[in-house]
Amino acid sequence: MSKIWIITKRELQSYFDSLMAYILLILFLGFSGFFTWLYGSDIFFIKQATLMPFFNIAYWTLFFFIPALTMRLLSEENRMGTIELLLTKPVSNWQVLMAKFSASLLLIIIALLLTSPYIITVYSLGNLDLGEVFSGYLALVLFSSMMIGIGLFTSSIGNNQIVSYLLALFIGIFFQIIFQMLGQNFIGFLGHLLDYLSTNSHFASMTRGVVDSRDVIFFLGITFLSLVFSEIMLIRKRY
Amino acid sequence: MDIIVEKLVKTYGPQKAVDDISFKVNTGEVLGFLGPNGAGKTTTMKAITTFLIPDSGNIYIGNYSVGTNPEEVKQNIGYLPENNPLYEDMPVIDYLKFVGELQGITKEKITDSLLSVIDTCGLEAEKHKKISELSKGYKQRVGLAQALIHNPEVLILDEPTTGLDPNQIVEIRDLIRKIGREKTVILSSHILAEVEATCDRIMIINKGKIVADGTNVELRKQAHGNDIIKVRIEDNDTNSIYEALSNMENVNMVDIIDAKKNRFQIDSAPNSNIAASIFSLCVEKKWVLTELIPVETKLEDIFKEVTK
Repeated sequence: MSKIWIITKRELQSYFDSLMAYILLILFLGFSGFFTWLYGSDIFFIKQATLMPFFNIAYWTLFFFIPALTMRLLSEENRMGTIELLLTKPVSNWQVLMAKFSASLLLIIIALLLTSPYIITVYSLGNLDLGEVFSGYLALVLFSSMMIGIGLFTSSIGNNQIVSYLLALFIGIFFQIIFQMLGQNFIGFLGHLLDYLSTNSHFASMTRGVVDSRDVIFFLGITFLSLVFSEIMLIRKRY
Repeated sequence: MDIIVEKLVKTYGPQKAVDDISFKVNTGEVLGFLGPNGAGKTTTMKAITTFLIPDSGNIYIGNYSVGTNPEEVKQNIGYLPENNPLYEDMPVIDYLKFVGELQGITKEKITDSLLSVIDTCGLEAEKHKKISELSKGYKQRVGLAQALIHNPEVLILDEPTTGLDPNQIVEIRDLIRKIGREKTVILSSHILAEVEATCDRIMIINKGKIVADGTNVELRKQAHGNDIIKVRIEDNDTNSIYEALSNMENVNMVDIIDAKKNRFQIDSAPNSNIAASIFSLCVEKKWVLTELIPVETKLEDIFKEVTK
């Protein structure tokens, strides 16, 4: 456990040293803030005391930002050869992966915590359902962990950050849009399966305040699978 | 801790990088790995450090097997990989601290370890700089420092002196020799003189096989039984000297190196005392002998011979 924390600390440090963290935080808060409060179907437009507009915009912002955060995690280590250094220290592949995963997730959690004034504002404006807010944030965290998992996996494949970024978006778009579209064209088991694989329905039901174990399992399952695939990539390099 | 490599095999596609290598390195020994590019030096070292998983064969560090106890092996190894990869965005001291923590050095001891390793590797003035700002030589020192920080029993150094200036090379060699007295060290190098100067034992690998193994002296004997001597004889007719030398017993071949200065190179028959015979010849003919230099067989020649 402490080994994981040592690496996580280094990764977080690296995010902040490289300004990546600040850029992400500013852009995330800027985008989500702008669309939540100022533009489009914002909170004032729908005239309800709900954070739904924020959750929906954050959902897409994170989709594009997280791969940028994770693209460097392993591809840079592969490119520089530091992966060899790291894996010949007394740490396991899992510890390395968990550490890098946690570093990205912590940064996202920091970003989400910084949106807490939104809650206070809406709460003071009207009758905000705090249960819904909680499950909405939980959905964002779970969705982020899924995207981080996918990003970590695409980052483990090669040594090019851009390839890693684009590949993560490519895989992500299947879960975001394509599975749902395909699901509408099939009936029976395949239709249900494709529907289940679509993040939209899981995310939507959670932001409405319903914390269903099926939704949680979906996000955690994809995260876990991505980590397993990443580990396979790590092991493959050692043969 | 001893290093024991047993029947190590590693193939990349159709190419056998390491082909059934077995050897043992004892505690307190510095082993130099020599070999042309692609001979399998780095592959062997990577397998010892647990990074590469071999096709077959066993490696033991002390009592720990690389395959079944990788964690214990890693704790006891200090490794400087080829090309010296480092986290360039980190300051030297933070980086060393990070590695130290990963190696399991406790909080109370980490400052002492850091100070001692910074001192041994001469990083005092650079310790707060970012690694990316350092020159190649200093980066190499950081690489060495991270390998030494946990005071490992076994050191694996893949080309430790690349990029260093001559003074630094001497320092690093001294350091390796010092460490090598108590610990087990394997280092690889392209520079033959370096291996000669630093290592107790030299192993030459070619095409994945061990082609020579022994101390400096043993290897020379293995390669050549005969002596080569350079001679200069003053003020005389080159041709007559040449003839006289050629007609001596135990002489294989005489080469004229410099006709104006009467310098010759004499290749003796195996196991003969050619220097004494040359001296007597000169006394007999009343020639003035001004140079008599035994030429040692260079490691380079041995290297060329076994890696053909």
